[in-house]
Amino acid sequence: MSGMEIYATLIAILESGLRLCVPLVFACLAGLWSERSGVVDIGLEGKMLVAAFASAAAAGATNSAVIGLGAGIIASIGFALIHGFAAISQRGNQIVSGVAINMLAAGLTALVGNAWYNQGGRTPPLEGNARFQPLTWPGAETIDQIPIIGPIYAHLLSGHSALAYCALVATFLSAFILRRTRFGLRIRAVGENPAAVDTAGVSVVRLRYSAVIIAGILCGFAGSYLALGQAAGFLTNMTAGKGFIALAALIFAKWRAWPALGACFLFGLLDAVAIRLQGVMVPGIGQIPVQAIQALPYLMTVILLAGFIGKAIPPKASGLPYVKER
Amino acid sequence: MSTPIELPKWADVSLVPILAVIVAFLVAGLVVLGIGENPVKATVLLIQGALGSGEGIGYTLYYATNFIFTGLAVAITFHAGLFNIGGEGQATMGGLGAALICLNLDFLPWYIVLPLAILGAMALGALWAFIPGYLQVKRGSHVVITTIMFNFLAATLVVYLLVNVIGKPGSMSPETRVFAASAHLPYLHEALAYFGLKIPKSPLNLSFVLALLASAFVWITVWHTKLGYAIRTVGHSPTAATYAGISIGRITLISMAMSGALAGMLAVNEILGVQTRLLLEFSSGYGFIGIAVALMGRAHPVGIVLASILFGMLYQGGTELSFEMPRVTRDMIVAISGLVILFAGALDGLIRRPVAGVFARFLKSGA
Amino acid sequence: MNPMAGQAPAIALSGIDKRFGEVRANSNVNLAVASGSVHGIVGENGAGKSTLMSILYGFYEADRGTIHIHGNQVRIRSPKEAIALGIGMVHQHFMLVEPLSVIDNVMLGAEGGPILAKGEAQMRAALAQLAETYGLVIDPDAVVGDLPVGLQQRVEILKALVRGADILILDEPTAVLTPDEAEQLFVLLRTLAAQGKTVILITHKLNEIMAVTDNVSVMRRGEMVATLKTAETSPAQLADQMVGRHVLLDVSKGPAKLGPVRLSVEHLIIRDAHSSLRVKDVSFEIRAGEILGLAGVAGNGQSELLEALAGIITPTLGSITLDGQDLITLAPTPAERREQGVLHIPEDRQRMGLVPAFSAAESMILGFQSDNAFGTGPMLSTAAIQTHTAKEMDLYDIRPRDASLKTAKFSGGNQQKIVLAREIEHRPKVLLVGQPTRGVDVGAIEFIHKRLIALRDAGVAILLVSVELDEIMSLSDRIIVMCGGVITGERTPETTSDRDLGLLMAGVTERAA
Repeated sequence: MSGMEIYATLIAILESGLRLCVPLVFACLAGLWSERSGVVDIGLEGKMLVAAFASAAAAGATNSAVIGLGAGIIASIGFALIHGFAAISQRGNQIVSGVAINMLAAGLTALVGNAWYNQGGRTPPLEGNARFQPLTWPGAETIDQIPIIGPIYAHLLSGHSALAYCALVATFLSAFILRRTRFGLRIRAVGENPAAVDTAGVSVVRLRYSAVIIAGILCGFAGSYLALGQAAGFLTNMTAGKGFIALAALIFAKWRAWPALGACFLFGLLDAVAIRLQGVMVPGIGQIPVQAIQALPYLMTVILLAGFIGKAIPPKASGLPYVKER
Repeated sequence: MSTPIELPKWADVSLVPILAVIVAFLVAGLVVLGIGENPVKATVLLIQGALGSGEGIGYTLYYATNFIFTGLAVAITFHAGLFNIGGEGQATMGGLGAALICLNLDFLPWYIVLPLAILGAMALGALWAFIPGYLQVKRGSHVVITTIMFNFLAATLVVYLLVNVIGKPGSMSPETRVFAASAHLPYLHEALAYFGLKIPKSPLNLSFVLALLASAFVWITVWHTKLGYAIRTVGHSPTAATYAGISIGRITLISMAMSGALAGMLAVNEILGVQTRLLLEFSSGYGFIGIAVALMGRAHPVGIVLASILFGMLYQGGTELSFEMPRVTRDMIVAISGLVILFAGALDGLIRRPVAGVFARFLKSGA
Repeated sequence: MNPMAGQAPAIALSGIDKRFGEVRANSNVNLAVASGSVHGIVGENGAGKSTLMSILYGFYEADRGTIHIHGNQVRIRSPKEAIALGIGMVHQHFMLVEPLSVIDNVMLGAEGGPILAKGEAQMRAALAQLAETYGLVIDPDAVVGDLPVGLQQRVEILKALVRGADILILDEPTAVLTPDEAEQLFVLLRTLAAQGKTVILITHKLNEIMAVTDNVSVMRRGEMVATLKTAETSPAQLADQMVGRHVLLDVSKGPAKLGPVRLSVEHLIIRDAHSSLRVKDVSFEIRAGEILGLAGVAGNGQSELLEALAGIITPTLGSITLDGQDLITLAPTPAERREQGVLHIPEDRQRMGLVPAFSAAESMILGFQSDNAFGTGPMLSTAAIQTHTAKEMDLYDIRPRDASLKTAKFSGGNQQKIVLAREIEHRPKVLLVGQPTRGVDVGAIEFIHKRLIALRDAGVAILLVSVELDEIMSLSDRIIVMCGGVITGERTPETTSDRDLGLLMAGVTERAA
């Protein structure tokens, strides 16, 4: 392989890694908001799935990707509110609630999808305006010809769907709001010590519901990207564990927004590499087992959680219902 | 609000879970209505499919076997105050354990290879739960997150092995060769035919008997052994356990390992009993439904067996129903499981509170 | 200090009632706090001080009674409303978010707008101002969790002041402070009062009251029993008021037949999980046939001492020996202590001594679950533990006589009898007893006391930890008093009085007049 070819391959892998990390970023940020406020969310997967289904269904019906996105967000918020009601108002077990959300979403989307479209749970393929098409930046094709820098512009910066750029904006906004605003300060506080927030005269319940709804919105973006950006419609169980990878990335990022972006990109890249290496003989090594690469995010998370490299400490009050005590 | 809602014991173990299931079914009924089918008719078809024929009953009990194993696995950790949601991964590893024994030793007679294969399934299942337990005890990482990660690790490990190491040579599909006949756990209709009894053919196999034995074993362990006493003490009150000289770490390890072994036994039913080869995704969500079963069965073996039979009916009846009413697929059952987990678990208070209110009024007027 | 005549008091509470289920935490409490004064509130644990202050801060609403702030009648339904009325509170357990910076903590709930930057600039200026006025210097960018406790408390005070509090409530503020830090705090409180702020100081340390307050109110069992000018009272009088005249218990006991030294504790030092010092160099011994009473206000190291002796926590330094054998190395765990004959009736029976969700029979074997009497090998025999429990229930008159009834369904007295029966019947050499009659009805108290005396007469060495002075006085052969993790004195019931013990408990070590 020539140097140019290797470079082209590298660009292709990076490009694919970027695409694959978009839903992870949204879902990971969703988990970040929820858990920073003290509500553990293992239902990211389920919320993404309902959003993917609702967005595909609505986009197909209206031939509008934007309306699809709106429907995805609304469906995801609906499920987020079930989780919020169980976790915040009913003080139920948040893990149990998350598991329930995931199963409910998996069952309902497949069931309703099959009943409505009769295609084994898929929605009809979407095209044109019903999808988020890649946005080509000005002059991408011409600039692509410039060696080295050209492909970076044409394939890494340009050529992604609007939602991919939204992921970047969402990361920036999450980081900014959490770090620089009143609401963010209160969210950071309520996940660590809700009693401090309560005694400062701020409603713990309202804060946590807000965070859970934000998580719903972000999962709505994640699911819509899957159905309207990455794929062309809904497939049963199309999230395929992405919600849990996002959870792993969240731990990896130690519950911070920019590192979350980094962790998701890393995991997206691993996925891209795994796809690329499928069946490829690497000179001198032989065939690299794809599964070893696929297992890395989970393995790294376990190792990190166990404190073998650094230490990931979740927000202190996450998972605990707040009961006023004196 | 924060005080536990007091109910008579019988209401707690029977009325509340039954109401939770009823609410879950009502919601499911609305969904059926929403997709333009008649929920009453669907229910009738479902029950007929599950119990209307000998074959149907066989299938129902075959599915129930899976749920008993995974339900017991979740329940035993509940008693220790833990939450093992890694049943899927432990079952997958159980399948690997059974397959490794069978692939290497199935030239031996059944009375050697079958017990070894069952032990193999239990051992690898136990290992896959023991490690998260160990990491919690020694390194402080929570079992919930670790077991989730271990589900995926088990899945990728088994894919790798099936593709690269133990897969059937020359086959494109990732599965092992079929085990020799000595490593097949007999179907119940075969076993009973040996004694001259004739029952309809179904995948129901001797694992069902093992599942009942496992239920008895869990019941005896939890309520009639010193170990069970220690497990329940840790689950109810870690401070009292420390006072009583019970090591919380040791109990965590033991209950996780027992839980993993039980989840691993799912493979006995699926791999040794039915598939007779290792293949991908044979655990197909049974591990998660075990959570619903454990919650509904109030973590008691009798409740778990009953809840498992209910879910077995849903699975079998659901399959039949999807033939008659193609719009109502078996995914319905997954949704119902989710609803049961929601109403018998996280939203439990929503049902208990009104029930407790009724009881309080009833007791007051009765006094 | 003369409260200005004619001016309405900063706070006037009248007829405050608050019930929690059966417990009357406050009954008909009246209190007037003069503006610009430091007002102390003293009382034993559970006297109702914290409940009263929680009502004032809007955590609870009183069942009955009225609150006036600066002469205006108000309803305080939430901390938010309390803050708006100019009330600030420094909680005993700090309400701080440890991973956040000082400035973030101070701003929380008073951010001054949706974007932090603007409010933050103002807040920094306010902090600088407060640093100048009161000497409350602090680095606004320090992470709170990294600060020493004294400075964390300063953050709490600053939180109240920047919100414009002119009434400041401090709940046991010196419990976590070193003497130096406490001294600084008192100077600050005087300065605040001099600037016109009103300070309420809740404490059980009488020397603090004498040092810093203008007026002092005494609470006892939910009632406000006296309000006095500090200058016109004495620690002795306050101790008297705090302890009150308890019903004298009728415990007949003969002289102790002292045996050899059973348990010997030398130079014991205990740090808690947060590595703060709870027990500081404590030494004592207990002889066979003797009850050693350990008096003290709760939270002064008695609990940690008891748990260390039982093997539940490991002391940092020092030795514990039983009949000359070193228990810390030979029997480090609770199970091994139990085997050596060191048995333990814990202070908190709900969380430690029993499992409320278990049947009485199951609670009756807690700690002895591995005993072969209750089942052979790995098995646990329900029949055996039921029979055993039925027998114990008869012996100790535990009602109802239902071994399979849930432990939580028994009354406090009967629950305590379950623990008592269990520990006594396993023939202790040393019995560690914590708060044996807390939440126990009168009949059961007498029963429990008689059993403990009988045990002592049978030659058991007993350590009795209690906050009830009358219990300590009537049962003990010898009394030691702990305050702040050290033994402040040793007495015998014959040579001491409630008042004398009260002073020792309050940390006043010189014999008061």
